[in-house]
Amino acid sequence: MRIRALLAQWLFRHRRDEPSPIVLTQRRIFILPSGAGLLYCLVLATMLLGAINYSLSLGHALVFLLAGLGLVAMVHAFRNLVGLQLSPGRAEPVFAGEIARFPVHVDNARAQPRRALEFAFGKQVGVLLDASFNASLDVPALGRATVAIPYPATARGRLEPGRITLSTRYPLGLFYVWSTPHPAQSCTVYPHPLVTPLPPPAPVADSGQRQGTSGQEDFSGLRQRQPSDPTRHIAWKAVARDSGDRPLLVKQFAGGAADELWLDWDLTPSDPGVETRLSILAGWILAAEEVQARYGLRLPGREIAPAQGAAHRDACLETLALFDLEGESVR
Amino acid sequence: MFAKRASFPSPPSPALERGALPWLLATALATAGPHAGHLPPWLSLVVAVLLFWRFRIWRTNGRLPARWLLVLLVAAGVAGIVAQFHTLFGRDAGVALLVFFVALKPMEMRGRRDALVVVMLGYFLLLTHYFFSQSIPTGIWLLVSATLLTAALIRLHGGNQPVGATFRTAALLLAQALPFMLILYVLFPRISGPLWGLPQDAYSGLNGLSDTMAPGSLNRLIQSSEIAFRVQFSDRIPEKPALYWRGPVLDDYDGLTWRARVPPPHGQPAKPVIEAGGKTYDYVSTLEASNQRWLLALDAPIKLPPDSELSPSAEVLARQPLRARTRVAFTSTLPYRLNRVESPLALQQALSLPAQINPRARALATAWRVEWNSKPSQQGADERIAQAALAMFRKEAFYYTLRPPLLGEQAMDEFLFDTRRGFCEHYASAFVFLMRAAGVPARVVTGYQGGELNPVDGYLVVRQSDAHAWAEIWLAEQGWVRIDPTGAVAPSRVEQGIAAALPEGEPLPLLLRLDAGWLRQMRNRWEAANNAWNQWVIAYNPQRQRELLSRIGFKEPDWQSMVATLTVLCGVALLLVTAWTLYQRRTDDPALRAWQRYCAQLRRRGIRLAPWEGPLEFAARVGRERPDLGELTAEAARCYADLRYGQGGATQLQPQLRRLQECLRRLPPLWRKPV
Repeated sequence: MRIRALLAQWLFRHRRDEPSPIVLTQRRIFILPSGAGLLYCLVLATMLLGAINYSLSLGHALVFLLAGLGLVAMVHAFRNLVGLQLSPGRAEPVFAGEIARFPVHVDNARAQPRRALEFAFGKQVGVLLDASFNASLDVPALGRATVAIPYPATARGRLEPGRITLSTRYPLGLFYVWSTPHPAQSCTVYPHPLVTPLPPPAPVADSGQRQGTSGQEDFSGLRQRQPSDPTRHIAWKAVARDSGDRPLLVKQFAGGAADELWLDWDLTPSDPGVETRLSILAGWILAAEEVQARYGLRLPGREIAPAQGAAHRDACLETLALFDLEGESVR
Repeated sequence: MFAKRASFPSPPSPALERGALPWLLATALATAGPHAGHLPPWLSLVVAVLLFWRFRIWRTNGRLPARWLLVLLVAAGVAGIVAQFHTLFGRDAGVALLVFFVALKPMEMRGRRDALVVVMLGYFLLLTHYFFSQSIPTGIWLLVSATLLTAALIRLHGGNQPVGATFRTAALLLAQALPFMLILYVLFPRISGPLWGLPQDAYSGLNGLSDTMAPGSLNRLIQSSEIAFRVQFSDRIPEKPALYWRGPVLDDYDGLTWRARVPPPHGQPAKPVIEAGGKTYDYVSTLEASNQRWLLALDAPIKLPPDSELSPSAEVLARQPLRARTRVAFTSTLPYRLNRVESPLALQQALSLPAQINPRARALATAWRVEWNSKPSQQGADERIAQAALAMFRKEAFYYTLRPPLLGEQAMDEFLFDTRRGFCEHYASAFVFLMRAAGVPARVVTGYQGGELNPVDGYLVVRQSDAHAWAEIWLAEQGWVRIDPTGAVAPSRVEQGIAAALPEGEPLPLLLRLDAGWLRQMRNRWEAANNAWNQWVIAYNPQRQRELLSRIGFKEPDWQSMVATLTVLCGVALLLVTAWTLYQRRTDDPALRAWQRYCAQLRRRGIRLAPWEGPLEFAARVGRERPDLGELTAEAARCYADLRYGQGGATQLQPQLRRLQECLRRLPPLWRKPV
C-alpha cells in the first residue's frame, strides 16, 4: 500500500495546498482509455477481421476512419482540460452531518468552450451526496463558471476536503482525462446542534446600574442606525416615510436586557462526552439567537462576552467547532 | 482526528438524458434502415414498429415495457430469424440479428452505458452495408452516417447543445480523422481474405454466366444492364463484330440442356494450340464478382494473367472463383487458329447427340451431308454444310426475339420447323445440333459479344445484356472456326448490339434503350466515376497495394517497412492535428488584436513597446524617436485607448476600431527609409 502511495506520489506529482489559481498544464493532465474506449477498440478489431475476411474495401476504409476518429478524440479530450485555471472560493460553514460545498471558479482562457467537466473530491460522487449537484459543468469560451463541490462534513472542526478530481469524457467518451489539483481550501464544521431547553438567565448582580441600557422587549424610540445593528431592528416604516434620503433609523428597545444568558460549559450535563456537550452548547446558541437574547459563551479556558447577532453567533459556533483541537485539522 | 472517511457506493452509470434519446433512435434508423432492402419484410416491419413505439414512449413520457415483455420479444425475434434463415450464424442471419438488436436495445435504455452499446452496434452495422454494396453512394452514406453516430456520441457525453453545434463538432472530428484513414488505407498491410471459411450465403445473388445453358437461362442475363466487366485496351480496340469474349464452352447435350464437358479423369488434359494470325491486342479487364472461374478473355488469348490456366477448349480459368472485383491483364490475337490438330476423343465428343430426338432436324442434316458429299468442290463438305445451315437461317422466316414461345420435348424440331422465333441460345444450339447430326464436330460457346466504349474514360464496358451464345465447328486444316448463327438472322446484334437487333416492344432495361444524347452522356460519366472508384478504391487489394507502393518508391514493400512508415506518418499526422487543435489565437478581441499587430509592425521598424508603457506614452515616445511615424501612431494609440478605456459599447466604438485598422494599413512600407 505504501509503495503504491509512493508510486502515485511520483507519477501524479501530488502537491498540497497549491497557490491559487492552479493552471492545469499538460504535465498534470492524465489520460487513459475509458471502458467505452476499450469496447470501441474491440468493435474496431472485430470490424477489421470482418473487412479482411470478406475483402470489403469500404469496410477497411470505415475501420481506418474510426481508428483515426479515436486518435483525434484523444486530442480533443485532452484539449477539454488543458489550460483551465482553478481558483477556490470561500466555503460557507456547515454543521456536522450536513454537506459542505466548496466553490471552485473555473476560468477558460481559450476561445473554445469546455464541456462536461466533472468535479469531485477523491472518488466521491457528488450527485450521490447532493441530488441538486449538477455533475457536469460547461465553461463558456473566454469565460468563467463556478461549481460548488459537495463533501460530507461528518465531524466538527476544520474540514479540508483534499484533492479535487477534475475529469471529463467529452467529446466521445472513449477517453477518461483527469487532473487532481489540491487547492488550499477548508471549511469550518460546527458541532451538530442538539435541541435542549435553554439554561435560565444568569442573575444580574447590579440591576440598578444597568437600568436604561438598551434591551429586547419594550419599544423605547428610534435612533440612527449603526453598522452593528441587526437588520431586523431597522424601522422600515419610518424609512419608507422619509423617501430614503435620510440615514436609516432603528427601533430601540428597553427592558429585559438584564437577562443575559451565559451558555456555560459547566451547565451542560457532564456524563456524556465532550462532543455531546459541545452539541448541546451549539443548540443553545441557535436557540438564544432565535429568541434574540444576549448571550455569552463560557468554555474551559475561553470566554466570549455576551452579544447578539449573526456575527456573534458564528464566532461562538466556530469556537465550539475548534474547541480542543488546537490547530489540529480534520481531514 | 475525529472524522472517519465515510464510504460511499461506487458511481453508477450516469442516467440517460431525455434529450439524448432521439439521437439514438436516429442512429438506429440510419444504420438499420438501409438494410430494409435485404431483410425479410416482416423483420423490417418489426424494426420500424419497435423504433416508432420507443419514439411514442419518449414523446408521451410513458413507461418502458416490462422486462418479461422484452424477454418475450427477444425470444420471438430470434425464433423468427432462425425460422427464416435456418441458422443464427452466417452473413444474412447475422445482419438480421444485429438489426433486430439495434432496434430493441432502446427499449431497455436506462443509463449512458446502454446508449453506448447502441452506438457501437451502429458502427458495426455500418460495416455490414458493404456486404451488399460498395458503390459511391454507399461510400457517401458511410461519411454521413458516421457523422450522425459520432454526433450521437458527442450528445451523450457533452450534454445539451444546439444540434448544429453537435454536428459541427462531429464533422470536425471526422475531418481530422480523414488523414489517418488515407494513411492507413494506403499503407496498412493488406491480407487477402478469407481468413476462415465463409458461410454458404456469402456470395448469393451474383450474376453471370454458368456452365449450363437451358432454354431461357441467358434470357435473364440479357435483361440485366449490370456491368459484367470493363476492358482497357493499351492502344487499339478491335472492331465491334470481332469482340467475342469467350466464356464457358458447352459440348454435352441431353436434349434440353447444354453442359460443359467434365474433363477426362485420367491424364493431363491437352493444352490447346493457338496460332497467332495477325495483330495482337494488350488489355486489362476488370471483372465484377461472378463466383465463377471464367476470366472471359477476348478470343483468342496468347498471354494469360498469373494464377490462371487455359482449358482444353481455350477458356481462361482463374484458380479461384471470382469473389471480388478482379483485374487481369491479357494479350489476345486476331485472327487466330485454334487446335488445328485435335484429339480424336474431343472430336468424338463434339459429335455426340442423344439418340432418337428431333427426327426432322436429323433428316435435314443427313440430307445436307448426302448432298454435299456427292458434289466435290474446293471447299470441304463440312464447311458447305455449315453454310447451308446459315443460309437457311438467313433466307427462311426466322425471327430474333427475347420472348420466344415455349418449346416441348422435340425442342430443335419445333424451333427449326414450327416456331422459328428465338435468340442467340436457340440459334446456337440448333446450329450445333444440325452440325453434329450431319457429322461435323461442333460445340456451343457462351460468353459476351460486343461492348460499348465509354468516351469519358476510354473503358470498353461489357454488360450482362451483351451475354451471347455462338457455335464453333472443327474443320480439318483450320481447327475450330467460330460461326455465329445469330448473325445470320439478325446481323445488327453482332454489329451494333442487342438493342438494335430487337424489334420494338421487347423487354429490355431502359438504360439499354437509351439513344438520347445527354442521358447517355450522363450515364457514361456516372459509370466512368464508378469505374475510377472501383479501380482505385474498391479494387485496392494486396496486389494493387504492392504495385502502388513500388511505384511511389518502396523497393521491396514488406509489412515491416509498411508498418514503420505507417507509424511515422500517423505520428506526424497526430502531431499536426494536436498542434492545430491546441493552437489558440492570443485573443478574440478585435481591438487588442489590431493594436498588437500595429505594435508588431512598429517592432519590425525598430521601435519596441516596453512592457510598462501605456499606448499614449508609447505614441509620445514614437513621436520623439521617429517623427515620420509619430502622427499615425498617436492616432492609433488614441483609438486604442478609446476602445480600451473610453465609454460606450462595441457598436458606438465601431468607428474607432475602423480607424485603428486603417492606421495599420497606412503604415509606410518597410522598405521606405525614414526621411
